[in-house]
Amino acid sequence: MQSHRWKTLNHPTSSKFFGTKIKVTGDFLFKNLVAIVAASALVILFITAYVLSTGSAPVVERFGSGFFFGTAWNPVEGREIFGAFPYVLGTLVTSGIALFIGVPLSLGIAIFLVEMAPKALRVPVGYLVELLAAVPSVIYGLWGLFVFRFWLLNYVEIPISTYFGWIPIFSGTPFGLDLFTAGCILAIMIIPTVASISKEVISAVPNSIREGAYSIGATKWEVIRHWVLSYGRSGIFGAVILGLGRAVGETMAVAMLIGNATGPAAMPTSLFKPGQTMASLIANGFLEATSKLEVSAYVGVGLILLLLSLMINVGAHFLVTRIFKVKGGIVE
Amino acid sequence: MSNYGFRKFLNRLFFVLCAACIVIAVIPLLSIIWEVIVRGAPQLSLNFLAATNSGGGIGPAIQGTLILIGLTSLIGVPVGILSGVYLSEFGNNQYAQTMRSINDILTEFPSIVVGITAYGVIVIAIIGSYSAVAGAIALSFILIPIVARTTEESLKLVPNSVREASLALGAHKWRTTLSVVLPSAKSGLVTGTLLAVARIAGETAPLIMTILGNRYFFQGLNQPMAALPLEIWRDSLQPQASLQAQGWGAALILILIVLSLNILVRLASKGRMRK
Amino acid sequence: MIDKSFGDPNLKMQSINLSAWFGSKQVLKDINLNVKANAVTAIIGPSGCGKSTFIRCLNRMHELVPTAKMSGEVLLDNENIYDKAVDPVMVRRRVGMVFQKPNPFPTMSIYDNVAAGLKLIGAKKGKNLDEIVKRSLEHATLWEEVKDDLKKPGTSISGGQQQRLCIARAIALQPEVILMDEPCSALDPIATAKIERLVVELKRDYTVVIVTHNMQQASRVSDYTAFLYLGSLVEFGATRDIFENPKNPLTEKYITGEFG
Repeated sequence: MQSHRWKTLNHPTSSKFFGTKIKVTGDFLFKNLVAIVAASALVILFITAYVLSTGSAPVVERFGSGFFFGTAWNPVEGREIFGAFPYVLGTLVTSGIALFIGVPLSLGIAIFLVEMAPKALRVPVGYLVELLAAVPSVIYGLWGLFVFRFWLLNYVEIPISTYFGWIPIFSGTPFGLDLFTAGCILAIMIIPTVASISKEVISAVPNSIREGAYSIGATKWEVIRHWVLSYGRSGIFGAVILGLGRAVGETMAVAMLIGNATGPAAMPTSLFKPGQTMASLIANGFLEATSKLEVSAYVGVGLILLLLSLMINVGAHFLVTRIFKVKGGIVE
Repeated sequence: MSNYGFRKFLNRLFFVLCAACIVIAVIPLLSIIWEVIVRGAPQLSLNFLAATNSGGGIGPAIQGTLILIGLTSLIGVPVGILSGVYLSEFGNNQYAQTMRSINDILTEFPSIVVGITAYGVIVIAIIGSYSAVAGAIALSFILIPIVARTTEESLKLVPNSVREASLALGAHKWRTTLSVVLPSAKSGLVTGTLLAVARIAGETAPLIMTILGNRYFFQGLNQPMAALPLEIWRDSLQPQASLQAQGWGAALILILIVLSLNILVRLASKGRMRK
Repeated sequence: MIDKSFGDPNLKMQSINLSAWFGSKQVLKDINLNVKANAVTAIIGPSGCGKSTFIRCLNRMHELVPTAKMSGEVLLDNENIYDKAVDPVMVRRRVGMVFQKPNPFPTMSIYDNVAAGLKLIGAKKGKNLDEIVKRSLEHATLWEEVKDDLKKPGTSISGGQQQRLCIARAIALQPEVILMDEPCSALDPIATAKIERLVVELKRDYTVVIVTHNMQQASRVSDYTAFLYLGSLVEFGATRDIFENPKNPLTEKYITGEFG
């Protein structure tokens, strides 16, 4: 009623036409149309959940918890046995290496770009780091296979193996296609994620804190170390978790560099040994599957991967929203 | 002040270390670009771009990637943008909040899992064969949440006064949204969409179990298809040097597509900011 | 005039031809000002006149702004703090600062807020440090209010208390000069009165330079007053002279409230 009056004020002619009514339904239609389209997210989630749960049902029914904890992987008919445990561990180990190497590098980059770099350098260098995220995974894999793995082999793996080969995690003869190489390529690949979020977190630290710290005679590094990083620590933690999520799900580069081991041989007992992550197992083996049960095993590994990735990302999601609420409190 | 020298030393040390982090991160990028150019450029020829594998070219892969990009954009961009419109313009309720959260989580899904999903739905249930359309659906599942999010973000940047001005003229909300809000956010939408397309152009994992690969040019939406990322992957694992070289050539084409999209976007948004 | 005062033991700081810029915008023009030891010097002037920039030049905080530049000299005990051989970190230890908005460190406890500066120079936890923290808080007239809450975050107390915490934080380092940049502008009248009493107390042990836009405050707490206008020093002298008998008509206009 009110809206009608208002309309006639502005468009004296519009009330003459039945168009007014259509316009009202137009709004109604539009709102509901986009609301339905927005449900696409729910649909994708639902389809994924359905395909993965029904697809993995055969293998889970057959092996139960043995599918998760088992280490054997044998598709030969009549003697089939599938266990995902080595790949779960392989995923954790490579992601761990990625964080161990990638997080300090990312933090260094973020700190340098926000706190230290001359103004003229900030934008172009920041852009270069962002470009790392644009390179497709398969090209990381190609470069890793023909270039990077020989750097690692000659300058890192062989020296470490020569002097520290007696430590179990460095045992074996390295040849560059192993958990360590896969972890290192992941480290490079998570840098843009972790660095760009950390950069935002560090930029969001109020200047008054830096000034207070400088005023009591702190050096630049002390201001960063004791004040900036400490104030932004929960945000940086969120960045690290998101980096972990990225590392866990990354497929192609890892599949090309990890050495493609299966079964008990894929247990990550040494960093210089071929291994397998959940994602790389699926990429390397899915098309080779010959039986329904074997396909189901790959789908089952996909389900475990999805659950792990969901746990990490949902965790990061809650963490980040909570952090921003807490931070809001501090600032106000 | 006995420790002052040490504090000063730490200050310098960490300056150098942080600068070194940048160098360490940029080296792989430069090396990748360098190697792809040096090893890929000698492959380039008209034959390489146009012929099939048996003719010493990667024509089907280039064609396949372009078809995938087109098909995925056709499905994913409208859905993503409309979802983003809802989240931004009507997103103040519990339903929208839920969709937003699910959307955020979808953007972090492992791409290989999305491949399995499309495999289960399209390859097994609907088409019954590895097929181009399965690949496009898989990539759309990756594209939609990203486009929805960037759309929502760029629409939120449109000041409310713009909406109010249009509503005050008597325009309806749908009109306001379509002919005022969306055009004001145009550059942000284009940027976000192009970046998302660049990202899916290089996706490999979900293609393995959807489009499978093909030695021939496009044979229909319900048939297996070639694509550049798959070509690179398979070539790299071959023992013959000539096939490996072919992989590098394919990598050069792919990186040209992806990086030129990125740089284009960067230049476009820079120009916008200068205005 | 500068030469005459050179070597004067009562002179703590001096600015000589001090100019400052943000980018290409000049905010201070050839300021020559003497700061007497164990006295309170107030800097007054309308907003945007450069008073904050001026005191930020006195402990080299000005140069932390990326586009900031300066020229001229600032002497602390007759030594140029902008000399190449002088480290800004050491200058800031000797010349402490209290900011316009209380900025206690939110990630640190009240205790650690006071002890932070000492920890940087290697102070170890223990009775000695406890004693200095207590004395600093007492000196800042905050001890009685927070002595049971030393472990609580520095931001958990009221605004006025936070500002006194910031003063305690500066005092803990035993600086020679304390710079205050409109320390009361974010506080209510009661908290303001407490800070003002404290400022007068502080001059027994320290040299104080305080920026204020509140002329009553300047007349209540300061011994000397400088009036800055559009980046230039218009008039400087004993506070009483400035307020009762200003020489420059501009000063008179300002203190009688005709503009500002």
